Amino acid sequence: MKKISILDRILLLITGLMAAYQVVVGVEGANTLTQTSFTLAFGVLLVAGLLLIILGFDVLDSPIVVIVSTLIPLSLSLGLVARFFPGFSIAYLIFSIVGLLAIGFTRFRTPGRAAVIVLMIVHGISGILIFVLPIALALSGVTGGGFALVGVGGGLIGIGGLLLSFLKAGKPIFPRDFILTVLPGLLLLMTAAFVAGLALG
Amino acid sequence: MITLKAKLRLYWPLIKSLQTALLLTTGLAGYMSARCPVTTIPTMIGLGISLFLAISGSTILNMWYDRDIDAQMPRTQKRPLPAGVLDPKEVLGVGLTLSVLGVGIAVAMDILFGLIIFAGLFFDVVIYTVWLKRRTAWSIVWGGISGGMPILAGRALGVGAIDWIGLALMLAILFWIPTHIMTFNMRYHSDYQRANVPTFPSTYGFPFTRSVIAISSIVAAIAMGGAAFGIGMAWGYLRLMVVLSGGLLVLAIATIVNPSEQVNFGLFKYASLYMLGSMLLVTL
Repeated sequence: MKKISILDRILLLITGLMAAYQVVVGVEGANTLTQTSFTLAFGVLLVAGLLLIILGFDVLDSPIVVIVSTLIPLSLSLGLVARFFPGFSIAYLIFSIVGLLAIGFTRFRTPGRAAVIVLMIVHGISGILIFVLPIALALSGVTGGGFALVGVGGGLIGIGGLLLSFLKAGKPIFPRDFILTVLPGLLLLMTAAFVAGLALG
Repeated sequence: MITLKAKLRLYWPLIKSLQTALLLTTGLAGYMSARCPVTTIPTMIGLGISLFLAISGSTILNMWYDRDIDAQMPRTQKRPLPAGVLDPKEVLGVGLTLSVLGVGIAVAMDILFGLIIFAGLFFDVVIYTVWLKRRTAWSIVWGGISGGMPILAGRALGVGAIDWIGLALMLAILFWIPTHIMTFNMRYHSDYQRANVPTFPSTYGFPFTRSVIAISSIVAAIAMGGAAFGIGMAWGYLRLMVVLSGGLLVLAIATIVNPSEQVNFGLFKYASLYMLGSMLLVTL
């Protein structure tokens, strides 16, 4: 397996620091569910980054990686829904919890086609939401134009999450070493886009 | 004739620079948690110097006393004392001098501060290393108490008394120590067995030790959170502390559910980062 390099560690450290910054500043004027969801997303990103720095890419062999790589887009999309469509908060919260449990269950109990289908559904919906919603909100003037960057981050996290999830599901889209080479940079760009988008929006 | 530079290079491993730096950081964080206008630069410098000397002195004394068991463990047998490159009498003299200087400066700055520093040194060298370390695995409790003394001392110097926040900060360190040390004990299990040093893994087994680590991590996180709340930490920083504590908790639980050398090592490293991060947050 590809060994983690100094550059990888630096990129992950910057990613972690940006995620920590976002946890500290939070989202101004947001309700509790939004604040909690974003804290969870960036918190998971921060801890995951630290663990990658400490343990290297070996940590990606852990079965919990699928859960973690789903938790980030799910909680980000939940935060967005709770902030801009509060009427759908409870329904989406239920979807998030059920989706996460279903991924965990199928991953550990019935791996194979069922696990991949559940993964695609949950990742697909949350990924589309964090990609499309911010751009639509920015274009319609509900938020500042810079908020579209959150959508860019959403696109990047969708790519990263899918790469990791399919890698873990035993059906990698690209060779493992290629995924590990681009992962730290992808995480950094994604986090930067989110932090900038939330600040400018 | 060994030059001073060469001598310093030989003594540097004796003070365990990373551990000393971490304990020094906790002392400074304890002081800065009292916040301005109490905190002043000259006092900070005095605090830093006295703590550095006292912690380094006690670490050197521990190294001097433990040189026989260090010689039996592959991990430590290349240290300057077991390797025979430093004279034990000279090391004892240096350790005592640094300790006396550190405590002396601390007492001169503030009696209460000096007493706590002295207590930390006494618990570490006499109670932990000389009396209990080779007798019982529970010696770690005294190691933890002495490890909590720098932050209590710093806080006491800042507020002029021992308050509940200082005690909570000390408790956080006390319960963080098992997370740090016991994962280390598991990693170098055979070394400790070879030297006949009782540890939790050798006395109670790995599964029980992992449970103790998980529970102590939870208590450490609660104590740190309570202290942070008492200090009046801003919500944003509190959120970050919850996140870092959550990571510690998840790793501690992972050592029970899915034990492996990798998870143990991850917890050991993360615990140090957690403490450093918490100390930074306390000072902000």
